[in-house]
Amino acid sequence: MKRLKAIVTALIVLCTLFVSCASYADDAPVSDPSGASIGTAADVIGATAGAPTKEEFDTLSQSEPLAAKVADVVGHNRIAINMVWTLLCGFLVMFMQAGFALAETGFTRAKNAGHTMAMNMMIYGIGMLGYWICGFALQMGGVGGVLSLGGAGALANEFTVTIAGKDFGLFGTTGFFLSGDAYDAVIFSVFLFQMVFMDTTATIPTGSMAERWTFKSFVVYGFFISMFVYPLFANWVWGGGWLSALGKNFALGHGMADFAGSSVVHMTGGVAAAAGAIVLGPRLGKFKPDGTPVAMPGHHIPMAIAGCFILAFGWFGFNAGSTLAGGDLRIGVIATNTMLASASGAFFSMMYMWMRYGKPDVSMAANGLLAGLVAITAPCAFVNSVAAVGIGAVAGLLLCVSVLFVEQTLKIDDPVGAISVHGVNGAWGVLALGLFADGTYGDGLNGVAGTVKGLFYGDASQLMAQLTGMITNIVFVFVVMYVFFKLLDKVIPLRVDPELELEGLDQAEVAVSAYPDFNLKKAMK
Amino acid sequence: MKKIEAIIKPFKLDAVKDALIAIGVFGLTVTEVRGYGRQRGHVETYRGLEYEVQFNSKIKIETVVPDGMSDQVVKAITTAARTGSIGDGKIFISTLEEVIRIRTGEEGVDAI
Repeated sequence: MKRLKAIVTALIVLCTLFVSCASYADDAPVSDPSGASIGTAADVIGATAGAPTKEEFDTLSQSEPLAAKVADVVGHNRIAINMVWTLLCGFLVMFMQAGFALAETGFTRAKNAGHTMAMNMMIYGIGMLGYWICGFALQMGGVGGVLSLGGAGALANEFTVTIAGKDFGLFGTTGFFLSGDAYDAVIFSVFLFQMVFMDTTATIPTGSMAERWTFKSFVVYGFFISMFVYPLFANWVWGGGWLSALGKNFALGHGMADFAGSSVVHMTGGVAAAAGAIVLGPRLGKFKPDGTPVAMPGHHIPMAIAGCFILAFGWFGFNAGSTLAGGDLRIGVIATNTMLASASGAFFSMMYMWMRYGKPDVSMAANGLLAGLVAITAPCAFVNSVAAVGIGAVAGLLLCVSVLFVEQTLKIDDPVGAISVHGVNGAWGVLALGLFADGTYGDGLNGVAGTVKGLFYGDASQLMAQLTGMITNIVFVFVVMYVFFKLLDKVIPLRVDPELELEGLDQAEVAVSAYPDFNLKKAMK
Repeated sequence: MKKIEAIIKPFKLDAVKDALIAIGVFGLTVTEVRGYGRQRGHVETYRGLEYEVQFNSKIKIETVVPDGMSDQVVKAITTAARTGSIGDGKIFISTLEEVIRIRTGEEGVDAI
């Protein structure tokens, strides 16, 4: 406990330092906690193809003052629709936590069900607090405003290094504790939406590290990933950081593009899951002395599949919500692409297992559904339906091959397939954008004129940006998380005692047995 | 008195119960059990891995009957529980010393 206290104190001190060095945004736009003045006539300009231009507005508002006032209300309503959309989609993504909890718990054994549920439940609170302390500020503090929500201008401070005349944004410095200038209706909405994405990442490693992880070290992990690791990579892609500027700086397409987070959310989670599972080692009895893997069937497949459906439902918020605008009617394409990819992901993983092992393994098909969703998350806004189905199909096959490879060749024990679903297919999704983006959307993305085109539509440089982002994610997240887990293990051991592992973690680690009324199998397998 | 225990396939429970009621056996205790016989276990697959289920799920029924009824009960159980394939189960018969009905204190055949 003393060690735990020391770590928590150190974190608090660190955060306070961040806050003190970041309160210098004097000329930032006035923030609006009530939201009453957000959304004005200015938000009508250029909102649609036939919307008035600034010049028309300036001249006509003189002669028609009532129209100018009405335009103010129209602008407010436009922003309101976008904000309601963003919040609703954020609520959907929040519900994905329930999906993760059920899927992971269903795929693991009954004797650890309380513990697996507890991790999925508490990462919501722990991650959110960490993100509130400094995660959000590091990620979004320098994004420079969110146009579709008509504000958030206070988030204007990015820590940037200049190398050879090019700016490399590294992290934001406004919005610690959501206080000061960040006390603003738009910024709070952005926080909610970005927070639930971060929480998705943070909960992914609880799957690959399930059934053997000490709760103490898990708590420290929860703060670490939500305060630092996720926010940094997310800043580089979504917060105005250097990967998003690859287009402006080096003419690589639109820079690293990741519409809803195949890399930012899923790869980060999947790569962290891999690092964690490697450091933690396999569950007792998972591999025979000669290295042959042993099946450890999940205890509640209906629960796991219900979880996968909840995830698929939440994913509509994940992808379509990432427009941050209900008025951006591309949401129709995005939502449909999302479900098409999940369909082909499930179908092709089912067919692979059926043809190779004689039965349509439904647990793999459920993973395949998620794999399709993960893969379409980056390209969902930029591709057509044929590409979406194809991306999902590759994801479904890739998932099966990867699960078997991770287990049988790499000898990494990943009870729920998190590394393959999120890591491998996250990488595929990022690349798929660079291949299949068809140039019908994304005009001006990341400050680069024109729509987003992939290799097959004539822009090979977009694929290069995607590759750069993908490799950066693997290297950055893996190295940081591997070192973190190794160091943490020295302070607070990651692994429970072998006797506890055989007995089940429920009583010892979280003091709640999931099924106290049943005799459970408490042996090696 | 004889105590008759039988290990049967789980899906045969209803048929066996009906057959026993038809010949006038009025008490039956049912337990879900796991175990193996000559059949040993069987192989299942999970996410591309085969694994051996060493103990198969079975149902154990227990009933107590007067000495003279034993053969009739065995016939009823074998007829109802037999599928002809491996794993149909077994019947064990043993002599029982005493039966007591807790409510009334009756003993022996009267207590059955």
